[in-house]
Amino acid sequence: MSLLEIKNLHVSVDKHEILKGINLRVNAGEVHSIMGPNGSGKSTLAQVLARRETYNVTSGEVSYNGKDLLAMKPEEAACEGIFMAFQYPVEISGISNAYFLRSALNAIRKHRGLDEVDAMDFLPMFREKLTLLDMDEKLMNRSVNEGFSGGEKKRNEILQMAVLEPKLAILDETDSGLDIDALKIVAQGVDAMRNPERAIVVVTHYQRLLNYIVPDFVHVLVDGRIVRSGDPELARELEEKGYGGMEAEARHATPAQ
Amino acid sequence: MITATQQLESYVESFDVFEKLAAGHALPWLRKLRQDAFARFCEVGFPTTHDEDWRFTNVSVIAQTPFQLARNGRARLSQKELEPYQVAGIASQLVFVNGRFVRELSLLGKLPDGVKVSSLAAEISSNPAAIEAHLGRYLDIRRDAFCALNTAFVEDGAYVHIRRGTLVEEPICLLFVSTGDDAPSMSHPRNLIVAEENSQASFVEDYVSLDGGGAAFCNTVTELVAGDHTVLSHYMIEREHKQAFNISTLRIQQGRSANVVSHSVLLGGALVRNNVHPVLAGEGGECLINGLFIGNGHQHLDNYMLVEHASPRCGSRQFYNGILDGHAHGVFHGRIIVHEDAQKTDAKQTNRNLLLSDDAQIDTKPQLEIYADDVKCTHGATIGQIEGDALFYLRSRGIDEVSARKLLLFGFASECLNRMKHGPVRRYVEGLINRCLHQMANSAPGASTENRREDTGRNWGEIE
Repeated sequence: MSLLEIKNLHVSVDKHEILKGINLRVNAGEVHSIMGPNGSGKSTLAQVLARRETYNVTSGEVSYNGKDLLAMKPEEAACEGIFMAFQYPVEISGISNAYFLRSALNAIRKHRGLDEVDAMDFLPMFREKLTLLDMDEKLMNRSVNEGFSGGEKKRNEILQMAVLEPKLAILDETDSGLDIDALKIVAQGVDAMRNPERAIVVVTHYQRLLNYIVPDFVHVLVDGRIVRSGDPELARELEEKGYGGMEAEARHATPAQ
Repeated sequence: MITATQQLESYVESFDVFEKLAAGHALPWLRKLRQDAFARFCEVGFPTTHDEDWRFTNVSVIAQTPFQLARNGRARLSQKELEPYQVAGIASQLVFVNGRFVRELSLLGKLPDGVKVSSLAAEISSNPAAIEAHLGRYLDIRRDAFCALNTAFVEDGAYVHIRRGTLVEEPICLLFVSTGDDAPSMSHPRNLIVAEENSQASFVEDYVSLDGGGAAFCNTVTELVAGDHTVLSHYMIEREHKQAFNISTLRIQQGRSANVVSHSVLLGGALVRNNVHPVLAGEGGECLINGLFIGNGHQHLDNYMLVEHASPRCGSRQFYNGILDGHAHGVFHGRIIVHEDAQKTDAKQTNRNLLLSDDAQIDTKPQLEIYADDVKCTHGATIGQIEGDALFYLRSRGIDEVSARKLLLFGFASECLNRMKHGPVRRYVEGLINRCLHQMANSAPGASTENRREDTGRNWGEIE
């Protein structure tokens, strides 16, 4: 059984169809990359998997770990082990980063029948993860993402991922806006989390991130459909030729149904 | 429906009886203070919404209720009944029942030398000269009919005197309990706090009501005299029950380089008006007014500030956050007056509001009057809802919707909480806010839709 199985997924926003029949199978231990031009539906796919309710699933099925993902609320999906690193992490004033992360960890631990972690034990638990992501511990006492630089926000996402230890991690354009040094740090953080039980889906526009997180499979999403799937070589090909050719292919492709 | 004349008649009767028997009735200055104030009240009556300062708050419900002066408190009020209102880690808490000091219920812990904490009624009898020097000297009864009414019935409340150079680390807490009567009752507590030069202290006024009481009207005034170079903080906590009317005025007189912080936390009451009126009379004074109001049901919470810059090089900051649900109506009226001599004034005002339901309402009105030419004054107000993005962000990390809402509300309220100094009072206030928001988050959309359709009665401020 695959960890994630998407069958013929159609999604609309305001009656405008964005995903037009996605089929995808992701097994535990694999890293998949979904690449595509702006507006192709990459972020929509990521958000639907994280169960954002503003998207309207018009048809199709998504099974995750044998369960119907589309019947889950965002918090249920998270407790079941899905994590999405946001393209635009949200600022939340008045709530410290440490308090937020501990609340999230405890919600998930509670769901798994584990004891809650108190404030004293919490920070020491993941000090090494802070170091790995080159994050100042002081950021933990600041309000969530408030006044963080772009790079700090993205590192904060990966820190959350490292602490919450998801089964399926979806990175939504985590590389956008990062300079090469920050990109390396973020990529190392993600790469360190690869293991046989965990699947990672890297959503990106550019191939650059994939030099550091080398995927097992690359899929090209154009106009709401996956038009090509292949190995990392496909990403390099895209980098050279751009999406132009595939967009033309997509226009001539017959609809999935 | 009773007429305006009838409204005043009941006060005339009350005043006639009161005046003959009140503490200090034989003191000519006090007699005059009361009579002048009562005359002023009779002359103007209760304010209406035609009065600019009361545009958003209709007090007809107070004017039309025949309130009688509360009797001397319920016979047997036990320490146990007051337990929920005790601030953990506090050495002194003066208890006032229906505006009257009750020594047996008060906690009179050890305070440093140089601090005198007493009841105003007792001091009027034993120490009238000290009271005469300050009482009614700062409050302008011509500005506000409720202040006139309070002064007409001035008798008891807290008297605090802090000698120059004294540092009081422990907060001095004043608990005002209204027990309610079968008939609608009123009380007019009056506090006088005089902090001499170079002293430091903090004060808490906590207004509560016991369950089961009927309509109660508490009209309170505090005159806070902040001498030169003093560092003072004042907390006003309103959490009476939903049949309570509370009008409060904090009049602060600031000397040279005095630093005063005022925190107002309005959580309870049916119709509440909190006036904070600092006058920065000495050069280099600083004043921070920090407010949080959280309302639901048909609560009406009105925050009125008047900050007067009367001297050069003073700074003032006003931050008010409001959270309103149900049919609650909030008002923020922030007025800053910079007098001609008050050059180099630096004044800033911010009001942020969260409306959690379609029927909740906020009126926010900044008002700057600047007569000096070298000043820096800014103001701003925002009104919004809980952000969908923030809610989704928290939920996507495993936090359920109700908890996520609570966390966001608490984060919003924390902006005010974070301006309070760490210590027992902040912990206490944090606990109150937490409880209040917990209830609110549980009745928010998506959590339980039942709760939200409870009553469709009128808002207190809409009663004509």
